[in-house]
Amino acid sequence: MDRTHQPDQQSLTPWDRVQLARHQQRPHTLDYIQGLCEDFIELHGDRRFGDDPAMVGGLASFDGQTVVVVGHQKGRDTRENVKRNFGMPHPEGYRKALRLFRYAEKFGFPVLSFIDTPAANPDKEAEERGQSNAIAESILTMCELRTPIIASVIGEGGSGGALAISVADLILMQENAVYSVASPEACASILWRDSSKAPEAALAMRITATDLLDLGIVDEIIPEPEIGAHTDSESAIAILGERLREYLAYVRTLSIDDLLEQRYIKYRAIGQYQERAQLALDAALHP
Amino acid sequence: MKEFFRRSKKSFSAEQSQSRGTSVPDDMWVKCPACRELVYKKELHDNLKVCPKCDHHMRLSSREWLAMFDAGSFVEYDGDLWPIDPLGFTSPDGTYAEKLVKTQERTEMPDAVISGVARIEERTLALAICDFSFMGASMGSVYGEKMVRAAERAAAMGIPLLTINSSGGARQQEGVIALMQMAKITMALTRLAEVGQPHIALLVDPCYGGVTASYPSVADIIIAEPGANIGFAGKRLIEQIVRQKLPAGFQTAEFMLEHGMIDMVTPRGDLRTVLSRALRLYKHSSSAFRVHTFVSDISSGRY
Repeated sequence: MDRTHQPDQQSLTPWDRVQLARHQQRPHTLDYIQGLCEDFIELHGDRRFGDDPAMVGGLASFDGQTVVVVGHQKGRDTRENVKRNFGMPHPEGYRKALRLFRYAEKFGFPVLSFIDTPAANPDKEAEERGQSNAIAESILTMCELRTPIIASVIGEGGSGGALAISVADLILMQENAVYSVASPEACASILWRDSSKAPEAALAMRITATDLLDLGIVDEIIPEPEIGAHTDSESAIAILGERLREYLAYVRTLSIDDLLEQRYIKYRAIGQYQERAQLALDAALHP
Repeated sequence: MKEFFRRSKKSFSAEQSQSRGTSVPDDMWVKCPACRELVYKKELHDNLKVCPKCDHHMRLSSREWLAMFDAGSFVEYDGDLWPIDPLGFTSPDGTYAEKLVKTQERTEMPDAVISGVARIEERTLALAICDFSFMGASMGSVYGEKMVRAAERAAAMGIPLLTINSSGGARQQEGVIALMQMAKITMALTRLAEVGQPHIALLVDPCYGGVTASYPSVADIIIAEPGANIGFAGKRLIEQIVRQKLPAGFQTAEFMLEHGMIDMVTPRGDLRTVLSRALRLYKHSSSAFRVHTFVSDISSGRY
């Protein structure tokens, strides 16, 4: 792999990566869309309740073809983060994403999704409007969507709020991005009973790009420039764009039925367990 | 027609000595955790562990749920799936591997789900049942694999799938593998849909996080027990992080019904009747999808 980072990158702890993944100067979804695509038309609203600024998406031209882009959107400063709710969508955000997935399927456009959220928003209104249902529907839609989907983890992949738009044929993950079942702070407060133990939790949870590649969940680690994407957005965007171009060309050579079969197999295989009967049989056959 | 769990009351009684989590002042009486009244144990069990004084639905173990099906009809599958520690996870409570062994010894179960096939009123269905006493029925690899196999079995046999769901969410100790079970199980349900068989999800107390936010919330019929706590984010998390005051009745089955997220709230005593009716209505369900799938399978060269 073409590694452009400096040697000290290797010595970063998982907690260091969490800091890099959350860096305010890191390029966010709209930076990638604007950097990689032409003729972007942002499409708003879920047609049910409202428009969620924490989730963005629309039509764009990428490498000469029309794609649907969808992603979590964080802000670059406090004012913008308040507007974007720190990239934490409400149900209407996921329902907007779902609408755009169906839109892509209708016209045969591939989907490029960008993952960058601490979590789905946990508040009273989200529960009232069906955060669980919105995430579940989005996951189901991606499972059966008859068009190619490529997800890129570009920052924080936080829990179900990230998974909701990242069920895909291919998952790319930047080298300083993280993807986890819960934020390290949340995990630390549950299992360490102290959220300040987040650095320990971050290590135990195996949340880095290398971990996710080892666990068979992401397909490729995308290198970042220098000591992180925040130091050189333009290069970070270009490196990811190059891989997206190649992968998109590849998935478009597959028939939709083959693609869906492979998507099924990919997710079907995730999980690690023992089959005791099989073990006993093996032991009997090979004492 | 009285079709409660009646037929199998005996198995309820047989297992009552194993029930946990309810304080028992002596062998005869149980204190209801909701109304704090003392309830005569036999009366409680005859009432399917629903408090006769306040109607509180106490939690059932996965084995106790089996009493809902035709007596002797349950056949367990995949009982030999055992969890492993894929991450080598260690927290101040010790290693995940140790915690698994301790929990297995205490609960006499390998993990949090039992699955198989059973019958209701002679109609066969695939089922998977969560057991909250095993690490809060958190969803890890074994949970996911058992659910997936139950869904695939239902699809292969052309029978409905019933899931009885209660969980604290994804199992932290299996990290992102646990998170991915949300997608894995949902993916398997697309195979069930292709053969035109329904997934009926029963939500029982408590059901949260990655479980609520995946396969049960896209089931064809969603039923919840009265008073069950059901939600995405836990109430304490919402109160601490967002600092919102939550109204009484927030995240209950009734709240979910009111907000349009589930189909019905059904008292435990009526579940068998309701399920039986649903199974009758799906008796002739073949599928509009089946033809389409068959054609696409041929064209993709799978046959």
